[in-house]
Amino acid sequence: MTELNLTILLASVVAGAAPIIFATIGETITEKAGLINLSLDGTIMLSAMVAFVTAYSTDSIVLGFAAAAGVGALLAATVAVFSIYLNQNQVAVGFVLTLMARDLAYFLGNPYSRLAGPQAAPLPVPLLSKLPIVGPILFNHYWPVYLSLILIIVAWWYIYGTPEGLKLRSVGENPQAAFARGIDPRKMQLFSALLGGLFVGLAGATFALAIKPGWGRPQGAEGTGWIALALVIFGGWNPIKAAMGAYLFAFLQVIGIYLQGWFPSVPAQVFQVAPFPLMIFTLMIMFFAQRETAQIWAQNTPWKQSLLKLLAGNAPACLGKPYRPE
Amino acid sequence: MTRNTPQSHQPLKVLQNISITAATVFCFTFILIMASGAPPFKAFFYIFKGSLGSWVKLSHVIQAWVPLTLCACGLLYTFRIGLWNIGIEGQMIMGAVFSTAVLRLGTQSAFPWFVLILSFVAGVIGGGLWAVIAGFLKTRSGVNEIFAGLGLNFVAQGIILWLIFGPWKRPGVASMSGTEVFPTELWLGTIKSLRLAPVGVGFAVLAIITSAILLRYSSIGLRLRAIGSNSHASYLFGMKPNQYMLLAMLLAGGFAGLAGNLQVTGVYHRLLPAISSNYGYLALLVVMLADYKVWAVPAIAFFFACLNVGSIQLPMVLQVDSSLSGVIQGALVLATLALSGWRRFQTAN
Repeated sequence: MTELNLTILLASVVAGAAPIIFATIGETITEKAGLINLSLDGTIMLSAMVAFVTAYSTDSIVLGFAAAAGVGALLAATVAVFSIYLNQNQVAVGFVLTLMARDLAYFLGNPYSRLAGPQAAPLPVPLLSKLPIVGPILFNHYWPVYLSLILIIVAWWYIYGTPEGLKLRSVGENPQAAFARGIDPRKMQLFSALLGGLFVGLAGATFALAIKPGWGRPQGAEGTGWIALALVIFGGWNPIKAAMGAYLFAFLQVIGIYLQGWFPSVPAQVFQVAPFPLMIFTLMIMFFAQRETAQIWAQNTPWKQSLLKLLAGNAPACLGKPYRPE
Repeated sequence: MTRNTPQSHQPLKVLQNISITAATVFCFTFILIMASGAPPFKAFFYIFKGSLGSWVKLSHVIQAWVPLTLCACGLLYTFRIGLWNIGIEGQMIMGAVFSTAVLRLGTQSAFPWFVLILSFVAGVIGGGLWAVIAGFLKTRSGVNEIFAGLGLNFVAQGIILWLIFGPWKRPGVASMSGTEVFPTELWLGTIKSLRLAPVGVGFAVLAIITSAILLRYSSIGLRLRAIGSNSHASYLFGMKPNQYMLLAMLLAGGFAGLAGNLQVTGVYHRLLPAISSNYGYLALLVVMLADYKVWAVPAIAFFFACLNVGSIQLPMVLQVDSSLSGVIQGALVLATLALSGWRRFQTAN
């Protein structure tokens, strides 16, 4: 009985983490090129609304996902164009868009509130879903969940294993040097914003068409964008570590139901705060791990060195500092 | 003096910018309301009527204007030194939490006015403390103030929920409607027939005047600006950027904490999970739209408060969502940023 429960629990963690993984990996890609897209929370809400309305009107789940990806890319492009070409503060633009996109979603989505709409059907993978334990955990989900699993690997490979990924990282680390090597940092950042925004849009669609089907105020996806932003940092700008963070958070969310049984006076929302102190803590550790004292402390001790290496997830050196051509 | 676009000081240019922005946002909103199936002019009329249509409505607007203005004044200091104090929301919440703690201790007191004064102090301390934590994370631990502030906002949200559902829950059942209402001795006095506390308005006016004087005529204002323009150079001139950053955060947090207190003592008379009403985040938009200038803050805060209050009744009269106000506010700031960017783009090319 306990084993069955554990399987269900892990399966719901894998499913619940899917939209967070889309958003986290999308933002990781964008930030790798040095651009911060702070509009995540609003983007997820607006793309969720558009996904639901599109799927509802056309009766096509795939079109819903496509429209949501388009919305995500459009909002990310707005941040990128304002920041790169119009010299505006990217944090300011992202913040305004966050609030505005959420309100826009509530406003335009109002007539579609609480309607029964289409949702993705469960799609067990043939053969693999029959495997004991692993089958139900990994291979008995909606298709976006499989996509989220594949995306983790592909994003990692893209960033660290391809020439395109190297260009992306070089722009985030040192745009001047990248420019000298014939890469246009502005185009690269715009591209990274579009690509990342696309995945953030998918996060919204995954909410509205699979994980928390339907639209309404509140939808239930509120706050996910901020959590994803925190997880990007928690993951040290590495898509695999960030995805682990997403699973950890989804696990906390699922376990929160049990925790509430043990601590009935604490509302479930309190447990959802967990990623944020972790994020601050990670940033502090990153700062101190780079200090000389930490290096001296770890000298000659292999496990301390690997610990420091694990903790010191390096932010892209030029994150949030827009490149200005001479 | 740090502006590299001297034209922006010419009144004609400013007027032109305002008209372009207003016209763009008007058209955008007009199309949007049409898309939602509601009559646009009627929607604008209802927002106007719902905010300035009667004395009671106006008092609601001023009630929203007070915390908005206080937070915006606080943000002027942090923006001036180049900090993005997104944590203002959490600072407001912690101000409300600290104030509630004092009020709870003082419910049986023979001197309610003394308890109220203590609660003001507690609110300022609560907000200031939360801001200084973010400040220390920035200056001592290299944690970007945006992420520190954002994280602390959610931690504050967790604390307020835990308190309302845990130690401070109402006798009987805990709920999202908040803690038990305080005895009327601990309410700020209000103008008869209007639910408006003049003390709150007094604080907001005082905040504007103080900020205007401090930022324009004091050496503090000058140093904040110097450090904000070039932190390293100001350090070489013997200023201490870190100390001034903490000071700016302390001031911002203090104002936000006071706003949180007024939400408790002057408006709701209890602690609610949504005690901040997102006024902290909204104040960030106010200051951006005001182009970080103190004289523009009260007017824009008033306009934003009108939009917020006026749109409350939209779901009832037109069956559209009240979030229209947020869309208009966001569109205004976005259009302003776009225009200023476009002007720079033009001068550059």
